[in-house]
Amino acid sequence: MKNLIRIRDLTVKFYTYEGVVHAIDDLELDIRQGETLGIVGETGSGKTMTALAILRLIPYPGKIESGSIIFFDTGLRREIDLLKLSEDKMRSIRGNKISMVFQEPGAALNPVFTIGNQISEVFLLHQRRELGKRAKEQVDRLLRDGDGFAAGIKRPFWRWQKRLYDKISQESNPFEPRFLSHVPLFRRLLWRLENESKLLTVDMLKDVEIPDAARVAIHYPHELSGGMKQRAVIAMALACSPELLIADEPTTSLDVTIQAQMLELFRRIKVEKGASVLFITHNLGVASEVCDRVAVMYAGSLCEVASVEELFLHPSHPYTKALLDAVPMPGKDLQTIPGALADPLNPPSGCRFHPRCPSAMPVCQQEKAKLKDISNDHMVACHLF
Amino acid sequence: MNTLIDIRKLKKHFPIAGGIFRRPVGAVKAVDGVSLAIKREQWLGLVGESGCGKTTLAKTTIRLLKPTSGHIYFDVPDEVKAEIERLDSQDGKNSTLTSLLKDNDLATFSGSRLRSLRRRAQLVHQDPFTSLDPRMRIKQIVAEPLRIHGILSDQSPEMAVRELLGRVGLSAAQLERYPHQFSGGQRQRIAIARALATKPEFIAFDEPTSALDVSVQAQILNLLKELKSEFGLTYLYITHELLIAESVCDYIAVMYLGKVVEMARPEEIFHKPLHPYSQSLVASTPVPDPKRRVGRIVLPGEVPSPANPPPGCTFNPRCSRASKECRELEPSLELVDNDHYVACFHPL
Repeated sequence: MKNLIRIRDLTVKFYTYEGVVHAIDDLELDIRQGETLGIVGETGSGKTMTALAILRLIPYPGKIESGSIIFFDTGLRREIDLLKLSEDKMRSIRGNKISMVFQEPGAALNPVFTIGNQISEVFLLHQRRELGKRAKEQVDRLLRDGDGFAAGIKRPFWRWQKRLYDKISQESNPFEPRFLSHVPLFRRLLWRLENESKLLTVDMLKDVEIPDAARVAIHYPHELSGGMKQRAVIAMALACSPELLIADEPTTSLDVTIQAQMLELFRRIKVEKGASVLFITHNLGVASEVCDRVAVMYAGSLCEVASVEELFLHPSHPYTKALLDAVPMPGKDLQTIPGALADPLNPPSGCRFHPRCPSAMPVCQQEKAKLKDISNDHMVACHLF
Repeated sequence: MNTLIDIRKLKKHFPIAGGIFRRPVGAVKAVDGVSLAIKREQWLGLVGESGCGKTTLAKTTIRLLKPTSGHIYFDVPDEVKAEIERLDSQDGKNSTLTSLLKDNDLATFSGSRLRSLRRRAQLVHQDPFTSLDPRMRIKQIVAEPLRIHGILSDQSPEMAVRELLGRVGLSAAQLERYPHQFSGGQRQRIAIARALATKPEFIAFDEPTSALDVSVQAQILNLLKELKSEFGLTYLYITHELLIAESVCDYIAVMYLGKVVEMARPEEIFHKPLHPYSQSLVASTPVPDPKRRVGRIVLPGEVPSPANPPPGCTFNPRCSRASKECRELEPSLELVDNDHYVACFHPL
């Protein structure tokens, strides 16, 4: 299987007044085609930053210092380094080939637009050409049949309107100039265009199992419950059938029963749409439910990557072990990890986990361990191996 | 073990105002007829989804909210409760009953009586980022309950505060700091120290670890365990995570839409749930064990609004076993097994 995303030596730093925050440190991670890769870790471990780096949305004062993120575009069948793309090209990838579901569905939606409006915006932005073709066919048919009257179009400067219409619709991207919406014939075309996108939106909402989708599409975000909002956000992310869907803690603000519905939805999406999913969570239980492979991060660096069964049944990195022991389970004593999370302003030397590690060796203080294959599909960054 | 807190048919309704005159047009039935007994030195877990009335129940229990109806007995002997019960069943006004209630029923308390209760019952809030005053130093925060209740009024509270902070694992060097200088876990420790200041018998925890990371959560839970055995405390622990309740609590009550639907020991809730809601709650709790991925029950729909609950059993629109009976009659909480209560017509 080919790797959809190949992250190599990624380093992200934040230049703050207090000093340089090492958000991500020499990260190496692959996302394979059609898999769900989970990233787990505690607050400040760099999970979200990894996702934002893929989309090149690292907020100020953060900067991607070095490294490469190679994205394999299945449509074009070639590899692109996302970090070297121009901002324009990046925009055509964001929301189209790589899309993201954010943590708080209430904050991700704009409160002053309806759900349908916000989802159809994705179609109007990324699939304008296809929609435009369909809309033009309809208008062409009406023009042919009734010479303009059937379309109910006002006819001042009719010849001029038609000539403009013929000329502009030959162009590669015909619906861009704003002033065209003042020309009656084009206004008709734009209506059809928007109508097409609304139909697609309702289909999309049905796809994420929203009951009564046509009615929900004209609702504002505050009229929906948390679970419904999250479904709408997922619909928006899936609108352009992305190759990679990044979900940043999509179930954290939801109740368990709604969370279970969401996890079911994610599992179905992966099977039906064949999209790869990067699933970020701090809940190890959730990770074990939906993921095929899981990566564990601590203080900006990767500790361990393995298939779900491998990771949960044979955790190898001391941090992974400690994290699993800290999860409350019936009939088990809770183990705590001594010490506090590494200070991102001046992280410990060598392995980031060594001050809290029960099996730390002298070498851990000096050198950061490289990611090593220890068994089939199981990589660990630890000097023990 | 005797009973410390006995809640009988407690109701808390919040009125909804409407119309030009803002007259009440309805009520949000946050807690709707809950009976619950908390034994001394018990760690009772209260589990349920958001909006089911867990927090309202806890706040009403320690009288931060005045209940609409019902009785709350805090450390009242059984004979007195029986006497009240007997008088209550008789008709007409009864002066003995009124005076008994005034002396024993927390629901009727006010003023100084309430203040003396608050010394004995404390609350730790959900979000440690909003429950501490950002303009107060840590020593002031922890000393505030001592000041209000007039404990140690003759001497400086410094020593007591030092001791409390030491007990929850913070150093004395941090006394002069402000809350923003602490991490989430440390703030929750400060909130716990503040709750311990008056040497209470009972502490209610409102999701104390939901804002914290797993490893910090484990530290806090272990701290609570130590404190409980050290001071002989009684806990009411609210959580929406079943796994936490299973691993630390002695007894669990499952709430749904303002009502307790099942009460049992944790092993029984986890392995032998009787109410369909508890069953689906157990099944939809993600467990970090890839072998346990099978047999999930995904509940359809969402929790109905507590302002307009469905008739009959409130769970019936989402229940797979719902029958005609469930849509018309309301099941009451009944004892089915040793310490196992369930409110369902068709238990599993």
